Amino acid sequence: MQYMLIIAQPPSEPFVPGAPGFDESVQAWGDFTRDIMQSGVLVSGASLQPTTTATTVKFVDNATSLVDGPFAETKEAFAGYYLINVDDLDAALAWAKKLPVGDGSVEVRPVAMMPDADGNPVDVN
Amino acid sequence: MLALLAARFSSVDLADDCVQDALVQAVETWSDQGIPANPASWLYTVAHNRIIDRLRRDATARRRLQAAAPELTTMAFDNAAEQEEVPIVEAREVGDEQLRLMLLCCHPALDRDTQIALTLRLVGGLTTPEIAAAFLVAEATLAQRIVRAKRKIRDARIPLSIPAELDERVDALLTVLYLVFNEGYLARGGSPDAVRVSLADEALRLTGLAIELLPGPSPARAEAEALLALELYHRSRLETRLDGAGDIVLLADQDRSRWNGALIAQANGILKRVLGTGPAGQYQLQALIASQHANAVTSADTDWITIAALYEQLMRVAGSPVVALNHAVAVSMADGPRAGLALLDELATPLENYHLYWASRGELLARTASRDLAREAFTRARALTANPAEQRHLDRRIAGV
Repeated sequence: MQYMLIIAQPPSEPFVPGAPGFDESVQAWGDFTRDIMQSGVLVSGASLQPTTTATTVKFVDNATSLVDGPFAETKEAFAGYYLINVDDLDAALAWAKKLPVGDGSVEVRPVAMMPDADGNPVDVN
Repeated sequence: MLALLAARFSSVDLADDCVQDALVQAVETWSDQGIPANPASWLYTVAHNRIIDRLRRDATARRRLQAAAPELTTMAFDNAAEQEEVPIVEAREVGDEQLRLMLLCCHPALDRDTQIALTLRLVGGLTTPEIAAAFLVAEATLAQRIVRAKRKIRDARIPLSIPAELDERVDALLTVLYLVFNEGYLARGGSPDAVRVSLADEALRLTGLAIELLPGPSPARAEAEALLALELYHRSRLETRLDGAGDIVLLADQDRSRWNGALIAQANGILKRVLGTGPAGQYQLQALIASQHANAVTSADTDWITIAALYEQLMRVAGSPVVALNHAVAVSMADGPRAGLALLDELATPLENYHLYWASRGELLARTASRDLAREAFTRARALTANPAEQRHLDRRIAGV
């Protein structure tokens, strides 16, 4: 069963080398990522640039308009994800709890469909 | 039975439907032909065959569906074909499956209200209307909650398993059982009618079942036993909590000769067995406090010094403002109302909207002869409770000081 671990964190100042805690954070995320890759459950993952770089395309009655910013101004914003393949929700939650998130939340959601090589929707579970 | 079928066919939903069908069929068949020699095995066979029938009937449609819309097919189909003969069931296997089902119903990925509803529906076997009546929610709301939960269990694949970190999961199970018991015992919504008493008894039955099923000895099982003792102490005086008019009778004024001595003795026995088998958990401490009350011959014999010390321990194990409030009341009984009031002052902020905070404050102020302040506190408590019996009690206190 594939689950996406969707990471949400408070929008922060751009995190750059030399900032307090930068090295520790890089180390912790690196360790987690190596662990989950070596366990064989990782399908894919990505971390996003801060919401200050976001542009949102809004759809109303099939017409589009652009908004400078993320889709919702909230205390926590979508920051990145891991897509993993494990037996059940308990296994997915166990990985989610190991994420070095600090402050924030991780939403764990089962994947419904994914495209195959020809672009046809396939139930991956 | 439900637990076993749910595990065998990996679908709580399908198993639940088919057990209901079997029960309906039993009513019809048995009233015609009499009760069979082994009713449980009869029901199991009928429910089992019903599942196989249903899976077979759906098979062709499902195959077509699987090609067209794979996301709609459930896991149940995959392992059903070879499950045709009724298996011989080991007692231990049934027990494990039941424990799995209990833990599934109380899975932390489900919210608390859902855990309670599922436990009563799937483990307790109560009907949706019964649960809705007991918790004063609309039947449609409750039915919706159960459907949503079953769907999440299936679609997010919440496993029917006994987890390695059992203690943590048992904590959630015991919390649910105690909430169910309290809903029956405290009758939050009004007077304790038959529905509520039977809810308390159902919680007692399920707590007993959980103890049987938990592997032991373990801290989790000791806590389950302590919870049973606690529930028995409360149950022993349930009928004396209200008088003939449905008004609240305080612990000190209850007719102790009407407390159920057999239940108290049973609780004493359990507690004696559990004591000292490990560090005292929150239910053990609460049971010890309840035992001090239950075993005091008269209200004046109550050992408040011991009770205050037990509350102090409880604050360390499972501290909360409400526990601190009970501690303050115990201290006021042991060391006088002024000592209690000093502790209550520290709780004014977290418990500002809790009616029992103001009711307790009123009682302590009345004992220091501060009549105006006492009346004021009782009036605040009166405004904060929706329970008619509590409202009448507070009206009498306001008039009495």
